[in-house]
Amino acid sequence: MQTETLDQVRQSLLEPAGIGSNELDRTMSRMLNGGVDYADLYFQYGRHESWALEEGHVKNATRSIEQGVGARAISGEKTGFAYSDDLVVPALLEAASSARAIARQGGEGTAPVVWRKGVSLALYGDIDPLVTLADEDKVSLLERVERAARAMDSRVQQVMVSLAGSYEMVMVLRSDGLAAADVRPLVRMNVTVIVEQEGRREQGTAGGGGRTGYEFFVDQDRAFGYAREAVRQALVNLEARPAPAGAMPVVLGPGWPGILLHEAIGHGLEGDFNRKGTSAFANRLGERVASEHCTVVDDGTLSGRRGSLNIDDEGTPTQRTVLIENGILRGYLHDTLNARLMGHAPTGNGRRESYAHIPMPRMTNTYMLAGAQHPEEIIRSVKRGLYAVNFGGGQVDITSGKFVFSASEAYTIENGRIGAPVKGATLIGNGPDVLTRVSMVGNDMQLDPGVGTCGKDGQSVPVGVGQPTMLIDGLTVGGTEG
Amino acid sequence: MVEVKEQTDRSRVLSDGELASTVQQALEEARHFGATAAEASASAGAGLSVTARLGETETIEHHRDKDLSVTVYFGDRTGSATTSDLSRKAVRETVRAACTIARYTASDPCAGLADPKHMARDIPDLDLCRPWALTAEQAIDLALQCEDAARSVDPRIVNSEGATVSSHQGTDVYGNTHGFLGTVKATRHGVSCAVISQDDTGMQRDYWYTAARDSKDLEDVASIGRKAAARTLRRLGARKIRTQKADVVFEAPVASSLLSHFVNAARGGSLYRNASFLVGALGRMVFAPDVEIVERPHLAKCLGSAPFDDEGVATRDRTVVSGGRLEGYFLDSYAARKLGLETTGNAGGVHNLAIRTGGSSLPELLKKMDRGLLVTEMIGFGINIVTGDYSRGAAGFWVEHGEIQYPVEEITIAGNLGEMFRNLAEVADDVDSRSTLLTGSIWIPGMMIAGS
Repeated sequence: MQTETLDQVRQSLLEPAGIGSNELDRTMSRMLNGGVDYADLYFQYGRHESWALEEGHVKNATRSIEQGVGARAISGEKTGFAYSDDLVVPALLEAASSARAIARQGGEGTAPVVWRKGVSLALYGDIDPLVTLADEDKVSLLERVERAARAMDSRVQQVMVSLAGSYEMVMVLRSDGLAAADVRPLVRMNVTVIVEQEGRREQGTAGGGGRTGYEFFVDQDRAFGYAREAVRQALVNLEARPAPAGAMPVVLGPGWPGILLHEAIGHGLEGDFNRKGTSAFANRLGERVASEHCTVVDDGTLSGRRGSLNIDDEGTPTQRTVLIENGILRGYLHDTLNARLMGHAPTGNGRRESYAHIPMPRMTNTYMLAGAQHPEEIIRSVKRGLYAVNFGGGQVDITSGKFVFSASEAYTIENGRIGAPVKGATLIGNGPDVLTRVSMVGNDMQLDPGVGTCGKDGQSVPVGVGQPTMLIDGLTVGGTEG
Repeated sequence: MVEVKEQTDRSRVLSDGELASTVQQALEEARHFGATAAEASASAGAGLSVTARLGETETIEHHRDKDLSVTVYFGDRTGSATTSDLSRKAVRETVRAACTIARYTASDPCAGLADPKHMARDIPDLDLCRPWALTAEQAIDLALQCEDAARSVDPRIVNSEGATVSSHQGTDVYGNTHGFLGTVKATRHGVSCAVISQDDTGMQRDYWYTAARDSKDLEDVASIGRKAAARTLRRLGARKIRTQKADVVFEAPVASSLLSHFVNAARGGSLYRNASFLVGALGRMVFAPDVEIVERPHLAKCLGSAPFDDEGVATRDRTVVSGGRLEGYFLDSYAARKLGLETTGNAGGVHNLAIRTGGSSLPELLKKMDRGLLVTEMIGFGINIVTGDYSRGAAGFWVEHGEIQYPVEEITIAGNLGEMFRNLAEVADDVDSRSTLLTGSIWIPGMMIAGS
């Protein structure tokens, strides 16, 4: 699989540009001149499209093509980086020269790198999603989903449906001789509805996707499922009362609420922050950071998932990394640079938004393993609290450990029963201690539907999250009712 | 100090003439493929960004980007495409891709170019391009000085995320089949620094930065470092406060986010979709009666200045809010047609939106507030533009008797943007000129604070 992929990517990416093994050798030896410990080249070609429907019609769509090469040279803890969006030999050599200027010059020529093919997983097919559905059928799918959403309730005023797909080929060449390639499909669909009742307007939104073709949305009726879910959420919000304010027990539903894990602990366990000692989790390996009910992993090897990768953007195969095991901090997420500087092994978490960005340690699919309790049992145990099942985005200050995530669908819990819906509210907590207050974990672990995008230092990458239902004994809920 | 070869040809990007002919080619190809109208924008830029951390160079990044985006119209059907390859062949294929899409999109009577009568005729020189002949070596020197100033302030500054110095120059060309072709060259330079303080209460991080079109207008690097350190130190010992209703002052750098929510709610795309709490608010009171908000797109050297918008429409000074009343939305020509109005020259965004200040300094504003919360940082995205519901994570300082008492963290502030705007009490004169949304610190009475 990997051999074929590497040859295929070489043929479609490098050969048309006149970049052969001589040119690659020349580029790499130019980067390795004097003082450079490690260098890599990252070639990328991407095709993207998006189709958007509103007011009943697909009014516009856009296609884009992007290609380029990034050259990186590392000397100790210093990184030199340059890129070019022209895939031609002079631009490649120039990027290499700019990148290696990070290191003290001197020393002429190194022995040519002997290339070896890297190991890769096979978590998705090397398909081009853009051609998995004819253009007229994309339009027709969006129109049918729109009509279905409108037919669900007379209070539906606006329906917006979007469909996006991308096809990417990447190739990594490293100074240690590793040569690896990957072909990465990714699709995403989203439905947003606005409902109106007696002058009050509310919205609901749902969607999903993965590393597959557009048939994903037709299979299992998924596209219409998003429409039903968006309408349901919007109608629930029409009945929502102001949310409570203050610290209280919070039950989080399964699946997407796992962004709690992503924000509260995931970012704080990324290798760069821990090497630099800027994370609230720095130097805490082996310590208790969660209750014994909590085992959290980052797993890039789940078949077809949005956050999965056959290899990371440094050519390392992804893996399942245990971050927290029965409450004890076990591991960090690493790229090659931070792993080397900390004396750890890379974990396949070196990711970058594109050839024009420097790789960093990033999450893939981050989730908590299932516990023993039935979800109803968990809700029944709460006298007064909040049951939050859907969320928008979140954010974290990794140094102070404070994190937030914003509920978009939540209910009060009164005497062990789910009560009235409440308006969206931000939940805030402290990453290093929030999981120590997890007192019950459900047996209903779910992954999110494939909607997550994570931002760090201005770079966006697709990610996944997941968790079972869980009870946190005290979390501050940012509502308006004192 | 590492030896760094000077980057000699950072300016070797496409010339303005080459970009303009790329745009012309795209428009000609569109006609060739049968489009009735078309618009294209091409941009090219180059830059340098260096970071120094703990007294050493950490990264040197060289940026060079270019792209072309094309929109074609076949009557009232639309298609778009973009490419980063500006070769003649790639431009033709990109236009072809846009034309193919237009075969499948629905006809939309509101689609099309902006009306020719709105095209900018005299394009003023807004002095937006002040190149900085900065070598990587000089940039590293400045970053080292900046970080050193921060780390020298106090022994409790124990760690650093580093200081970054960056410089970017770019050219944007926009043209359409009305015959409009406009070029804007612009620069942006900046210095930022983020450090970490620690005492027995824990670690805190904060930062400060400067940004300008002209390197001469940048704040001194040592001053940036010292401010970053001071802001980080003052957060040590932060605590939670109890849940309560209280007044809130948003410090100027975070107050601009309130203006951005206003822009989001009053922009065409939110309005014609009925996805805003300001639907139908034109001519109505949406702010407190003494609030004045103006747009000033032609301020020389300002970061938000632009002679024309993304459709070639002339930008002009205008009043957006007068006496608290909403006088204008933020519209491109599509949204304007949907709403039966005229474009306001806001395709692509706003250009220097400024809220009138009340003449008090921030300390004076805190005196007037007497008791409440000064918010200096917010995290999270708990803003619902459809309803105006607002709930965000916050950090800052508790104020009693008009004076800062102690730092506060792990709390949320919540309210409804509609009410917050109508209750807006006063804007201080500490305007943050680094933003395209120009405001001083804003005092909003009666918000809900959730804490312990």
